[in-house]
Amino acid sequence: MTITYREAVRSGMREALQRDPRVFLMGEDVGKYGGTYACSKGLLDEFGPERIRDTPLSESTFVGAGIGAALGGMRPIVEVMTVNFSLLALDQILNNAATLRHMSGGQFNVPLVVRMATGAGRQVAAQHSHSLEGWYAHIPGITVLTPATVTDARGMLLTALEQPDPVFIFEHAYLYSMEGLLEEGPAAVEISHAAIRRIGSDVSLLTFGGCLWKALAAATQLAKEGIEAEVVDLRVLRPLDRETLLASVRKTHRAVVIDEAWRTGSFAAEVSAVIMEQAFYELDAPVARVCSEEVPIPYPKHLEEAALPSAEKIAQAVRRLLG
Amino acid sequence: MTVPITREQGLELLRQMLRIRRFEERAAELYQLGKIHGFLHLYIGEEAVAAGSIPALTQDDAVVATYREHGHALVRGTSMRSLMAELYGKATGCARGRGGSMHFFDASRRFYGGLAIVGGGLPVAVGLALADKLQGRARVTACYFGDGAVAEGEFHESLNLAALWKLPVLFLCENNLYAMGTALARHQSQTDIAGKARAYAMTAHTVDGMDVLAVEVATGRAVESIRQGHGPCLLEYRTYRFRAHSMYDAELYRTKDEVNAWKQRDPIAVFQQTLRAAKLLYDEDWKNLDASIAAEVEDAVAFAEAGPWEPIDDLSKDVCSRTVGDQRSASA
Repeated sequence: MTITYREAVRSGMREALQRDPRVFLMGEDVGKYGGTYACSKGLLDEFGPERIRDTPLSESTFVGAGIGAALGGMRPIVEVMTVNFSLLALDQILNNAATLRHMSGGQFNVPLVVRMATGAGRQVAAQHSHSLEGWYAHIPGITVLTPATVTDARGMLLTALEQPDPVFIFEHAYLYSMEGLLEEGPAAVEISHAAIRRIGSDVSLLTFGGCLWKALAAATQLAKEGIEAEVVDLRVLRPLDRETLLASVRKTHRAVVIDEAWRTGSFAAEVSAVIMEQAFYELDAPVARVCSEEVPIPYPKHLEEAALPSAEKIAQAVRRLLG
Repeated sequence: MTVPITREQGLELLRQMLRIRRFEERAAELYQLGKIHGFLHLYIGEEAVAAGSIPALTQDDAVVATYREHGHALVRGTSMRSLMAELYGKATGCARGRGGSMHFFDASRRFYGGLAIVGGGLPVAVGLALADKLQGRARVTACYFGDGAVAEGEFHESLNLAALWKLPVLFLCENNLYAMGTALARHQSQTDIAGKARAYAMTAHTVDGMDVLAVEVATGRAVESIRQGHGPCLLEYRTYRFRAHSMYDAELYRTKDEVNAWKQRDPIAVFQQTLRAAKLLYDEDWKNLDASIAAEVEDAVAFAEAGPWEPIDDLSKDVCSRTVGDQRSASA
């Protein structure tokens, strides 16, 4: 079955709401409006205003209320419209959600799921184009997921709701309209492993989220040039599945890490460090990174494209490695 | 003079205030001795608020407090032993020693901290109350915070959301007149905190926080109203901190005369006099009370001293659980 990414997210939420009375959704415009990205369209009519709750534009408080509701026995899905606005809730996320289990000596846990859109590419300029999932992956105590396929968009949410601790799901805004094939099998998917999206032998393209599709496009182009790239979808930024990415690098002996965030202090830097620490002697070339340029993301299309990773930039990075 | 309580009730209020006072006086000594480290925010002077308000709650209700929460945990019923051990950082502490003074937790008493970012507890309290509302439970969540928190956006957001959704939250503002070292009038254009709550269509009252009976009466009424489904309420307790913000500060922000004037209203001394005048307290009672609390404090110190440290091997324990449905560890 082929569905859009937004339909996949909606399908996951609907199934969760149907099967578990503790699940409810709250966030900005999730009810009457149907969700900024239309992910929750129709859910208010189906589940009513107690379970589909429009919130004020109070990110810190409705994320904190999600933490409290989770402590109180519910299974909240909190939709923060975009990662850009999640900064207003960062105190609740870092100081409460992520610390409570450890700081309370294991007495409390926070089974909270927070979803938000991330990423650039839609000409919405600097304040609405951030890719900060790597920041979140810095925080012990939370799980960070970056579904790139429709199967993951639906299934990761369902699995996330089974976790006893906070899970943050970053949905690349560019993907919501993308159509994809929903894989057969149980809706819930595992959230512990990276996935090999394309098998190859010459270079490993390590990426996640929206950049997966750019990496796959680059791999298609490179194949025409006789270069077989393996594409690894990291899927879970924390806890990172090091084994799968290292196994790929040990096979291909070359790695390009692709990350839409700025290069400095990026998650790509973390992946690169993991390779240095654990597969240095397997490498035939230095690890390369394709990240965003170190600028606030500009509005005009040509400048935005120049700032972001692209299939061509990825292909060029591979050619340089194999040079 | 008569007071509207029994001798037993009066002695209990006095006992709880004195437990807080003696516990903290001892903690301050232990800090000087190097037994306790980090921040130690003392509640001395403000005891009437915790002692008068917590008993209005049932064991099913929830408490969210701040970094100045020793008194709240003591009155809530967490053992003095485990609290003192927590101050020491021992594994026998109420949070296995991981939080110290600012982070008391007790799941068995629905005591959710000990949250030390100013204003950060209010949204959590709103969420706890939301969970109760969604699950049809007639429970109340009591959320303590100081006048400093009133400047935070979360105060306004949380009052709005709690009132909008008619959630069973009792907001208890312990207005000790200073946000750390900045007087209320130096950081607020409008110093009437109860009035701010009313702006969010919430019932709110100002209470004499140095008078334990006034605290008890006002809190009891508020809890009852919330439990009957009338929505959240804010109580602003006017109180005063006798000691420094944390263990040390130069106190350049207030005069000795001001501190001394407030000490004339010491909630323990005043209530002791009230009970004596009403012939509900006699010298013998006071001696017994003082001696039993002194013994409880020394027992708690001995317990803390004897307690083990958490093994370093457990450092990563309870960061997060193993990922459900997967065999590989997701901890740390």
